[in-house]
Amino acid sequence: MSNGPLPSARPALSWLWRMAWRDSRRSRSRLLLFVSAIVLGIAALVGIRGFGDNLSRSIDEQARELVGADLVLSGSAPFDSTLAPTLRQLGQNRSDEVAFASLVQFPKGQGVRLAQIKALNGSFPYYGEWLTEPAAAVTDFRQAMTSREQVALVDDALLVQFAARPGDSIRVGRLTFRIAGRVRKTPGQSGFSAAVAPTVFIPSQFLPATGLMQRGSRVQYRTYYQFAPGTDVEAVVKRLEARLDKVNINSDTVAERKRQTGRSFTDLTRFLNLVAFVALLLGCVGVASAVSLYVREKVASVAILRCLGASGSQAMLIYLVQIAAMGLVGATIGAALGTAVQLLLPRLFAGFLPVTVAVAVSWSAVAQGLVTGVVVAVLFALLPLLSIRRVSPLRTLRAAYEEDTARPDPLRVVVYGLIVLFITGFAYLQTREWKQAVSFAGGLLVTFFVLAGLGQGLRLLVRRFYPTSWSYVWRQGLANLYRPNNQTLLLTVSIGLGVFLMATLSLLQGLLLSRVQISASDGQPNMVLFDIQPAQRAGVTQLLTSRKLPILQQVPVVTMRLAAINGQRTADLKKDTTNGLSKGALSREYRVTYRNKLISSETLAEGLAPYLPPDGTPRISVDTDFLRRMKLRLGDTLTFNVQGAPLATIIGGTRTVDWTRVQTNFQVVFPAGVLEPAPQFLVLMTRVPNNTVLGAVQRDLVQNFPNVSAIDLGLVLQTLDDILSKISFVIQFMAFFSIATGLVVVVSSVIVSRYQRVQESVLLRTLGASRRQILRITLVEYALLGLLAAVAGLVLAVGAAWALAYFLFEVPFLPAVGPLLVLAAVTTTLTALIGLFNSRDVLTRPPLEVLRGEA
Amino acid sequence: MLSLSKHLYRHSQFNEAVEMLRQAQHDGSYGLLKYILSDSPLPLTLAGATCLFVLTVENLTKSYTSGGRTLTVLESVSFALQAQDTFAIVGPSGSGKTTLLGLCAGLDRASSGSVSLNGIVLDNLNEDQRAAVRNEHVGFIFQNFQLLPTLTALENVLVPLELRGVRNGTRTAEELLERVGLAGRGHHYPTQLSGGEQQRVSLARAFVNRPKILFADEPTGNLDADTSARVVELLFELNREAGTTLVLVTHDLELAARTQRIVRIKGGAMLSDTRTAPAAVSSSATL
Repeated sequence: MSNGPLPSARPALSWLWRMAWRDSRRSRSRLLLFVSAIVLGIAALVGIRGFGDNLSRSIDEQARELVGADLVLSGSAPFDSTLAPTLRQLGQNRSDEVAFASLVQFPKGQGVRLAQIKALNGSFPYYGEWLTEPAAAVTDFRQAMTSREQVALVDDALLVQFAARPGDSIRVGRLTFRIAGRVRKTPGQSGFSAAVAPTVFIPSQFLPATGLMQRGSRVQYRTYYQFAPGTDVEAVVKRLEARLDKVNINSDTVAERKRQTGRSFTDLTRFLNLVAFVALLLGCVGVASAVSLYVREKVASVAILRCLGASGSQAMLIYLVQIAAMGLVGATIGAALGTAVQLLLPRLFAGFLPVTVAVAVSWSAVAQGLVTGVVVAVLFALLPLLSIRRVSPLRTLRAAYEEDTARPDPLRVVVYGLIVLFITGFAYLQTREWKQAVSFAGGLLVTFFVLAGLGQGLRLLVRRFYPTSWSYVWRQGLANLYRPNNQTLLLTVSIGLGVFLMATLSLLQGLLLSRVQISASDGQPNMVLFDIQPAQRAGVTQLLTSRKLPILQQVPVVTMRLAAINGQRTADLKKDTTNGLSKGALSREYRVTYRNKLISSETLAEGLAPYLPPDGTPRISVDTDFLRRMKLRLGDTLTFNVQGAPLATIIGGTRTVDWTRVQTNFQVVFPAGVLEPAPQFLVLMTRVPNNTVLGAVQRDLVQNFPNVSAIDLGLVLQTLDDILSKISFVIQFMAFFSIATGLVVVVSSVIVSRYQRVQESVLLRTLGASRRQILRITLVEYALLGLLAAVAGLVLAVGAAWALAYFLFEVPFLPAVGPLLVLAAVTTTLTALIGLFNSRDVLTRPPLEVLRGEA
Repeated sequence: MLSLSKHLYRHSQFNEAVEMLRQAQHDGSYGLLKYILSDSPLPLTLAGATCLFVLTVENLTKSYTSGGRTLTVLESVSFALQAQDTFAIVGPSGSGKTTLLGLCAGLDRASSGSVSLNGIVLDNLNEDQRAAVRNEHVGFIFQNFQLLPTLTALENVLVPLELRGVRNGTRTAEELLERVGLAGRGHHYPTQLSGGEQQRVSLARAFVNRPKILFADEPTGNLDADTSARVVELLFELNREAGTTLVLVTHDLELAARTQRIVRIKGGAMLSDTRTAPAAVSSSATL
């Protein structure tokens, strides 16, 4: 048998656009509601991305000013004399700086505070502006380097605290300096570090006379170099690297600083980007659920088009074009909003950022936002839209005709694949780690299936154990969960996923913030005195007891470096890039104490507390995190360089340390009986009742023991608290986008679902159901759905947060139950309320209108 | 008669076969004809035969399986329609007449049997190919009008043309709207039109692509008597002018009587296939 010729004329592409346009005329506002769910997600993405772009450009542009020089060499001891001739020949200009912490005093107001002292020579900074008031103060300061005039520059924060002004004097150690000007900004120093440790600059020739330099003091030595323009500084450093390493001198170049600064802020923007992405995904769930209900309304029209000869894919394309166009509109609004957010972010971050962030619209971020918006709208709308291809034209003859849905649709599998790929790819772009990206996408996938399974399970359960003896209202409400056209699956998945993402984010936020919270309760020390030389110990103790202050802790501190691990020299370990050990941990200076027992902030994890066995090799105790990071085991040998003398030790035990307690906490603790002869200083902790006593103690110290520093923990905690609240504000600001989107999604899922129930409720009313009965039926249905979705989302969120806490952040996880219960209650109530709000039509409009199909 | 025809055929020459074909065509007994041709030694193909008919239906059966039980809603229905035939399928509710219409128009697939429209066998075409056939050859009128609610009257009429890729169809569509008495109402949405007006828009839409065959499913089912009369008048007039084959599904015997041929079905089976008096056809014109 052969067929006659099949018609082959096809409508032009423009027809699809025309049909999409015509069809949208009467539902444009509703279509916009669907895509409104992605507006905030796109806004968050564009905002963060644009900010990140501006930040990295600003870092690039200002990197030189960030360092203030072409090269900085630094060490915690004066540079080795064998290197001196080589170092002297480097570059065109150089400045030396000696930096340490000390108490300073303002004689006028009797104010005392711990400050960072920087003794400087030469004309650093070579790049960037040293902003002072008056501007001429810098010239004054530089002239003082060659004259005998005692002149200092002081950070603004310090002057403000003590109401001092240029022209006043400041006492540093045994010398008094005239304040030439207040420092507004120093190259390479953020407002943040200036607030924690405000700096006093003095010309370096006065340093010895201050009497502040004592053996064992913690001092940082730096030399800043300026090279002739065009010099390859990196190459210079590369040549010297081995020799510098040997004497523990670190180098920092403009390129290196650019990388580091860039990296730390990339981490931050990536995290915020993921938060934004979560908001976007939530929006996508909203789009998918809204579109799937929109599609149900359009089935009749599709059947007519099919009847008139449109192919399945043509019919689908009409609606896809609509969604894509609306996605573009939503993304455009989102991008505009995001650009506003982006212009706002530098203010939010003001104080943390080392550079002035240029405020410019990032067109690449806007373009990315637009593309992302359209792609996600299309991708997530495709799932429900694909079913349009299978709408049978038979529906024109029989309204109740149900398509055969048993046949799997291969295209649907492709779309699912694309979505998983998109999520994984996007997560990878943010984290740059496949493992994390895959777990992110995998976690979402598992959540999706669990929720879908729950929705399906609920349907089956209600059906299986249908309570025939319950009241009519309950039976009807429950039956709505499994009868044809039910929305159990859809609402469970969309509301559940929304709750899950919101709750996970909020738990995560709590987790991150709790990591940096410092507990400051009564009875804890609130003043720390350090750099006490052994000879000064009796004097300082006497000073405190004369004022009836308790000595809460008295801890000796010895500084040392790691020389070898299990016989392998750290210099060799540093060269081996494959062992995964951090260079910083291998070359840093360790501050170590010695005692034979653990203190209250420590608990024994493995092995024993530090002890000195008869064999004479000390068994030390290390922090569990340190053990893991350094890939060590109990019984490993660590050789330390204790200020020139090698000392072999064996790891005899590990401790977990509660770093948030106000204690002197150490990564490495030696047993008593080994380090006593080594050069050391003492840290002393006390508690002062009020600021008057505090001021008096500080004054006494400056008078009698100028090298001893006293830290006012109250002030530190307050400063830290300020910073933390800024960080948490930024995180909450971003989380707001997710929560707001979640609300939009919950609201729109329920609103669009109204179509499902109106017809039925009207029929019931016609048959004589009272308003009260209808309201209660609706209430039972929606409250049950809301409750199930919320509880399921929360349980999953607790699981996800636990996994993140355990595997990624490695902190104990104790979820705050209160906010979660509130979230569950709010979600359930909201779902039920919106459900009720939707049925208001049924109650206010005459049933006839709806029955005639004019609703 | 069957065995006789078969016998006749087997012992006849080619021209005799063709003659017989004409005969069969005339009285619409195509099902028998195909049975005869099935073991034909001659290169006389079914396609050659079907092109003489606009619609041929043979042994059409439709059954649904539900809960392990098979429900047959249509059983072995066969008939063939020539160009310009007017034809009514009548029967009570649930008799299978709408199912039959759906199968004839290619809206659904039969469980067994065959349908060809204008020489094209629909049986093995996929849904999209059948859609293309409908667009090219078929017009539809429905009981509940089935206008696209988001499109204006004019746009609704344009859809079949635009689906074909015709770019300048507006003029044709406007003429048809004028023909059905809706000049100037083209920019109204379906909800702004009365039932009779909506059905007239769907008449214009049905004829706009000059279909070979028109399927009408209870075209007056949702209309009052006066409106019905005017719509029916228009339907038959347009049909005559365009020379379209008309298939009408109805339970209104008076309406059915205006066609040339009535098939009665009940319980899924054909009860009778009768020709109405030619007088009835001519009198309908004067009604």
